[in-house]
Amino acid sequence: MEYLKVFVVGGLLCVIGQIILDTTKLTPAHILLTFLISGVVLGAIGLYEPLVKFGEAGATVPISGFGYALSKGAIEGAKSNGIIGVFVGGLKATAGGISAAILFGYIMAIVSEPKTKS
Amino acid sequence: MENMNNKEYQKYVEQKIPKPTYAKNMLFAFIVGGLICVFGQIIGNILSNYGLNKEKVAAGTSIILVFLGAFLTGLGVYDKIGKIGGAGAAIPITGFANSIVSPAMEFKKEGFIFGVASKMFNIAGPVLVYGVGSSVIVGILYLILTKGG
Repeated sequence: MEYLKVFVVGGLLCVIGQIILDTTKLTPAHILLTFLISGVVLGAIGLYEPLVKFGEAGATVPISGFGYALSKGAIEGAKSNGIIGVFVGGLKATAGGISAAILFGYIMAIVSEPKTKS
Repeated sequence: MENMNNKEYQKYVEQKIPKPTYAKNMLFAFIVGGLICVFGQIIGNILSNYGLNKEKVAAGTSIILVFLGAFLTGLGVYDKIGKIGGAGAAIPITGFANSIVSPAMEFKKEGFIFGVASKMFNIAGPVLVYGVGSSVIVGILYLILTKGG
């Protein structure tokens, strides 16, 4: 049941992205940023939290979950450390993923060769 | 071909026109995106079973998914998943890792600074600019609204 909820929530978020991709001229980069900022805004006004409670990884693994983690971190930082916390909180909450992306991304780009496009 | 009458020709043309694949694309985006998220949930559950707290589970799951996304991109496998899954492969955080490795690999010839290190951020750069920027604004607004400035 848990995995079913994760599957449906994560799948539906991606379907929304696919519909935007197929019916508009927006590129995947536009869609990533739209999802990201939607996550920040919905997280800020408290609408993303219920989705995370219900869908767990289905809501946190998509990039909108990254936006949600950033804005949640910024707000929690504000609560505990005021204005300094605002600047520290968002990146602190997402630091693991970002550091991993930089290190592993760099290493994989160095050790592998681009595949010929078919 | 030359012996076709009008009706047959119409039929022939109709066969050649690509069918709209919206339904198929949506279905594959749903399956691929859903499965990547389920995979994330499984990793999270395994980490919780090792007794990690919520914060560590969230960070650990992101780190592992990012690693897998980068690794599969290096092998050329993630691009194949992307061809099938479309947005279902792009939107999960594994797609974020893919967006870093892909251009960095392509532009390796331009050197380690302006090739690899700079092209890594083709898409990740805008993601950080808009993500971090907007979340800081959210935090400032929160302070203003709750404390009156």
